[in-house]
Amino acid sequence: MSPFLALLARDMRLAVRVGGGALMGALFYFIVVAMMPFAIGPDLNLLARIGPAILWLGALLASLLALDRLFATDHDDGSLDLLMMGAMPLELAVAAKAIAHWLTTAVPLIVITPVLGLMLNIDMSAMGWVALTLLAGTPALTFIGLIGAALAVALRRGGLLLAVLVLPLTIPVLIFGVAAANAAIVGPAPFGPPFTILCALSLASLVLGPVAAAAALRQGLE
Amino acid sequence: MNLGPHADFIIASYAVTALVVAGLIAWIATDYSAQKRLLADLEQRGVTRRSRRGGGDTP
Amino acid sequence: MAVIDLANPTRFLTLVDRVLPWLAGVTALVFAYGLYRVLGAPDDYQQGATVKIMFLHVPAAWLGMMGWGVMTVAALGTLVWRHPLADVAGKTAAPIGAAFTFICLVTGSLWGRPTWGTYWVWDARLTSVLVLFLLYLGMLALYWAAEDPNRSARAAAILALVGAVNIPIIKFSVEWWNTLHQPASIMRAGGAAIDASILIPLLIMALAFTLLFFTLHFAAMRNEILRRRVRSMRIMQARSA
Repeated sequence: MSPFLALLARDMRLAVRVGGGALMGALFYFIVVAMMPFAIGPDLNLLARIGPAILWLGALLASLLALDRLFATDHDDGSLDLLMMGAMPLELAVAAKAIAHWLTTAVPLIVITPVLGLMLNIDMSAMGWVALTLLAGTPALTFIGLIGAALAVALRRGGLLLAVLVLPLTIPVLIFGVAAANAAIVGPAPFGPPFTILCALSLASLVLGPVAAAAALRQGLE
Repeated sequence: MNLGPHADFIIASYAVTALVVAGLIAWIATDYSAQKRLLADLEQRGVTRRSRRGGGDTP
Repeated sequence: MAVIDLANPTRFLTLVDRVLPWLAGVTALVFAYGLYRVLGAPDDYQQGATVKIMFLHVPAAWLGMMGWGVMTVAALGTLVWRHPLADVAGKTAAPIGAAFTFICLVTGSLWGRPTWGTYWVWDARLTSVLVLFLLYLGMLALYWAAEDPNRSARAAAILALVGAVNIPIIKFSVEWWNTLHQPASIMRAGGAAIDASILIPLLIMALAFTLLFFTLHFAAMRNEILRRRVRSMRIMQARSA
């Protein structure tokens, strides 16, 4: 098995074990979305209109808050030092960790999205499209958040600092994600343009995220 | 000079700008005198920087 | 003195000590002349005298963006050349850039009230400036959270570069989002459409603000160099004690 896949498998195993945070992100997402009607009121028409925005905000917060410990535990037990000294480029190692994190945190979140959409009175036929926008957009959130996680561990700080640094950078993802989801549900704007831009943002952050995160780790921990 | 019906807004924007710039200047000026005082204090107590002692002294 | 000599903080300090009074004097003169020209500028036939706010708003917006540009160049200096002065330049540009961005937001809001009838409109330009302000706040939070100046300098440099890559994307997406939700705003006056009687005072004010930025930046850099000296002397003192 290549080191990349080995690291991916290791991180996924760690995430689903006792003490790992695999389902915590999805649980948080579920609770945040379930709390929205208490703040907004149970008006189903209103909920249907702002439903995609609620789902996207929930996903944004869930994937960011889960990123907090991405490097911290590895830093604490020394395995991050091993990764930095290893033969595999640090960029690849960081990308493997991010993909494992996305698979264990974002994918469960996307899987439960149709159920939440039902509670928000989003049309069943459009629900698949909303889930598709999340599938296309959450990699961007994970890989942008990766930079914040690396900076946070390099500074030995975490929690809210990560959110403060990363949230402004995720605004484009939020804009195009919600726009694509809205286009799928109510129209009249076409679904294609915002969705393809969303995919472009994910692909761009797939490159930028690991490079910047690896640089932050190298600079911060040497 | 006549500033028209919205004179308040014009004066307020110039006042806010002046305040923020004055705040920046005041911060930089007090910071400068504070750092100067700290440096003078440390030098008086006999602490010198490595570069002042000549090349022979390596820590 | 060659440019490379400025790498030495002590040389830089002597240069700043010599240049700063002149720079401050020129800034004050250009400001005085600019404000005089602003007083003489005619009112806009649509907006009346409120167009006077533009002479603050537009230069502040320009400096808010230039501040991030200075931080980006400084970040390259930090990461590529490990230049100690680059850290200092980047760190001190952040609060000054944030202050000008704040001025841009406040004057924009005060301009919006007579023009749009409300203090805040989610207009594309104003919203982009707001996001820039949020990025500045993140940068200040980063400096605030870190204890070790070396560590925070490199982290801040990476954040500055990531921000520099992202700012055009954010600007594009905010503009796209804005056209989706509301028609083009009144403030979108084309550059060429501005009359010379307004454009020339605006350019003078922009020059005055730019000079002000560099005066403040050099003075703040001097403070930061002194602060680092105090810090290293304290560490030496603690070591020898």
